[in-house]
Amino acid sequence: MAEPLALKDHSGESQIFLDRAVIGFVLLLLLTLLLVARMFYLQIVQHDLFTTLSDRNRIQAKSVPPIRGLIFDRHGALIADNSPSYSLTITKELVLDLEQTINDVSDILELSDDQVESFRRRLARRQRPFESVPILFRLTPSEIARISVNSYTLPGVEVEAHLVRHYPLDELMAHAVGSVRRINEDDARRIDPVAYSGTNHIGKIGVERFYESDLLGKVGYQRVETDARGRVMKVLDSTPPVPGNNLVLHVDTGLQQAASDALGDRRGAVVAIEPSSGGILALVSKPSYDPNLFVAGIDYKTYSALRDSIDVPLFNRAIQGQYEPGSTLKPFIGLVGLATNTITPEYTLMNDPGYYQLPGSSRLYRDWNWTKAGYGGHGNVNLQKAIYRSCNIYFYDLAVKLGIDQIHDNLSLFGFGINTAVDLPEASSGLLPSRAWKEGARGEPWYPGDTVNIGIGQGDALVTPLQLAAAVAVIANRGKMVTPRMLKAGGGASLASVRPQLPDVDHIPDAYWDLMTESMSMVVHRGNMGFGENGTAWAYIGRDDIAYRMAGKSGTAQVVGIPQGELYEEDDLTERQRKHAWFVAFAPIENPTIAIAVLVENGGGGSKYGSPVARKVLDYYLRDYQPAVAKTPAATTEGPLP
Amino acid sequence: MSQDFVRRMPQGSFSLQRKAAMGAKFHLDLPLILLLLLICSYGLVILYSAVGHETGPVISQLVKIGVATVVMVFMAQIAPIFYLRLAPFLFLLGLVLLVLVIFFGYEVNGSARWLRVGGMFTFQPSEIMKLVIPMTLAWYFHERHLPPRAKHLIWAAVIIGIPVVLIGIQPDLGTAILIGASGLLVILLAGISWRYVFGAIGLGLMSAPALWYVMRDYQRQRVLTLLNPESDPLGSGWNIIQSKTAIGSGGLFGKGLFQGTQSHLDFLPESQTDFIIAVLAEELGLVGVLVLLTLYVMLMGRGVLMAVQAQDTFGRLLAGSITFTFFVYVFVNIGMVSGILPVVGVPLPLVSSGGTSILTLFAGFGILMSIHTHRRISL
Repeated sequence: MAEPLALKDHSGESQIFLDRAVIGFVLLLLLTLLLVARMFYLQIVQHDLFTTLSDRNRIQAKSVPPIRGLIFDRHGALIADNSPSYSLTITKELVLDLEQTINDVSDILELSDDQVESFRRRLARRQRPFESVPILFRLTPSEIARISVNSYTLPGVEVEAHLVRHYPLDELMAHAVGSVRRINEDDARRIDPVAYSGTNHIGKIGVERFYESDLLGKVGYQRVETDARGRVMKVLDSTPPVPGNNLVLHVDTGLQQAASDALGDRRGAVVAIEPSSGGILALVSKPSYDPNLFVAGIDYKTYSALRDSIDVPLFNRAIQGQYEPGSTLKPFIGLVGLATNTITPEYTLMNDPGYYQLPGSSRLYRDWNWTKAGYGGHGNVNLQKAIYRSCNIYFYDLAVKLGIDQIHDNLSLFGFGINTAVDLPEASSGLLPSRAWKEGARGEPWYPGDTVNIGIGQGDALVTPLQLAAAVAVIANRGKMVTPRMLKAGGGASLASVRPQLPDVDHIPDAYWDLMTESMSMVVHRGNMGFGENGTAWAYIGRDDIAYRMAGKSGTAQVVGIPQGELYEEDDLTERQRKHAWFVAFAPIENPTIAIAVLVENGGGGSKYGSPVARKVLDYYLRDYQPAVAKTPAATTEGPLP
Repeated sequence: MSQDFVRRMPQGSFSLQRKAAMGAKFHLDLPLILLLLLICSYGLVILYSAVGHETGPVISQLVKIGVATVVMVFMAQIAPIFYLRLAPFLFLLGLVLLVLVIFFGYEVNGSARWLRVGGMFTFQPSEIMKLVIPMTLAWYFHERHLPPRAKHLIWAAVIIGIPVVLIGIQPDLGTAILIGASGLLVILLAGISWRYVFGAIGLGLMSAPALWYVMRDYQRQRVLTLLNPESDPLGSGWNIIQSKTAIGSGGLFGKGLFQGTQSHLDFLPESQTDFIIAVLAEELGLVGVLVLLTLYVMLMGRGVLMAVQAQDTFGRLLAGSITFTFFVYVFVNIGMVSGILPVVGVPLPLVSSGGTSILTLFAGFGILMSIHTHRRISL
């Protein structure tokens, strides 16, 4: 070193600092330029992207749910309306400790573990930030109060009000109208998310399902500016929602109630149809359920109890239940016999022995009053007596004479084996067997014995109560086809794709319709004629004064096979092995305004158990009926209204 | 040399010279003060917008600026020789306070940074160290030959290292980094050999994995978030996504003062404090940001000039460190808000709301003016 250590080189140190300061300042400028470049990149190059992101942050399209269309009965009584429902919602982003909050809520409301579990499932679903998730529905006033009192400890937990479907008649209309239910993940894949953005519910069953597009309405929109917490600061623009169309159904609430009461605690179904329009006046299936349970989101325990019940309350017997028609098929077979000139009204089966045998077969086809001792039979039987005494032998004989092909083709004309219902999407089509069907379904040829059974509505034939009611209404209409429908007015859009109607049954002469109507009225009204001569239902419903005259026919569908040569002994069978009781009817016979099919599951004999139900329903519907007026010549000769 | 220049000044520039002389008499630097006031005023306007048109926080900030100004003027009156002599004692006092924080500090959000005095007044010892560390290093190098030798560098590293570790374990990573930076800047300005500098950088890069290992979870999360904010858009990524959105949507001229939707609808977090530059960028656009950056660069230019003109090593190093540390604040804050640096809690100097930060900064500028105006050979 040139200089002494003790001395500091001041100018040298100053120069070092100056060098470093200059380098530092240049570096500072370069780094500042880096910041400027970064800002330029964000603010100029990516400006459009971030403008979009910024708008997406603040502008939300809030959907405004439309009000679902109301459903009324034919007299204007409300069947389905919308009522406010309070649900508990959680906004995850506002909750401090989700676990703690769930525990607190479950303590406050004393929830079961199941409910807490369903909370978690609902919270786990994906959603937008700051979107509130409903976790508990249909809060009671006391629950709302308990939450409100504790709300200061529960940030992010709120009680929200919505309008949701409400069925004021509870169980009564469940099977007639169906219900809306919460949109599940399957639905969500199927539906247009835009149309449903305002609602959590969709028509899932019945009328609610069929007229969904009418009832739903059109969702409205609000474009709103929200802050980061999702609070709406101002409404930018809006499109109001369009409420759904109101529907008026043919159903008569009073009649529905009467039919339900008439069935009482029995399992079964009642379908009543207005023959002139095909409008369904009552559609009862018992047991029923409260459709309101499904609106709110049913808990698993209640649901599985309903689903697994041996009485299958969720099953709509009236339109889905397929049963042997039994003797209720006889009037139709009889009409087919007349129409095909296979028989005449005068044709008489002599000395009915109480059983029938195919030529060359030892097998006995028994009549219902057959006994092991060999009594039974109905003596000499023409068509009229075959109906009012429900003689099996006559119809075995007739069926064999007709042959399966004629039977099949002609019964189809009445809608058997075909689902003709306009707006009941769950309706079954029943089964009208034919040679082709049997070979296809069973791989077996058609045997003559099969034809014998068809003659009395047994064997493979299956009908739904709805189908039978509609077919009976065709008799009431003297051949004018009846297409069952729920809708009376409103809701045009959904009817666009309705299946074609069947043509009228117009090849049967009036005299034959008259004969069948008269024969069927004798089932009920022919009495005091002595043993074996009264109508089968007379003893049960025909004895009392009836203000009107009705045509009816009982039927019995076997549940368990009775071995050859054995008798059906009700007392030997458990309740669920007993026969199903049928009764079909229309009234008043001069000018029918109602046709009905009653099914009582495991009821036993149709006349004994089915006909009283039918009578109660008809009594209700015709309670104001004035026979003096109805029996004017004009009413009797003109026949049913078109 | 400069004295000769002044003597030769023509009579015409007397008033200018007189003004400078007036400033010097009160140990103030008018250009520096003017720039400080300009930046503070600009900041107050942004703050007024950021708090949503409320005058309360703005007045409160104005009061803090006033207090800080008094402190600055006071610090400027103290001759640099006092700072030089006090430096080692201040350093030891600072260390004691930092140790006290470990035992008696009270926690806010999981880190203990504060000391309570008399149950009422709280302060952060680490804040004092922002000035004491460069002061101590400047004192240390003042006594030694420059450029520093390896032995001196080791001691300097110890002087920096102890407080940085003490602050780092509070934990307050942001402040530890900034204090470390202010110390390293002194070493750099002291003329450390570039070989050591690049060697240290290389060593730093190699030890990065080790650093990752000692970092806390939330610190790691911040680094991960920087690399990919979209990985956790609602959690730790939220802040950075929202601040970038605010900045980017501002464009060239901004959405207009008080018209920023990101800040006014509360999408932007910490809009009054650490993320206030995003409010500026959203409402006044790139132009508004450039105005602020220009003012900053002018301020720092003035600071560098004052440092270069300082008459001894202590003054040069301390003034230089104060100035360049200021830039580190600016760079770290804007870099973090614009998404090129991880999120560490560093306010935007002179603009972010908050008393502690502005007090320290103004105290530093007071010292800077003291160095500049106390000359052994007076004008």
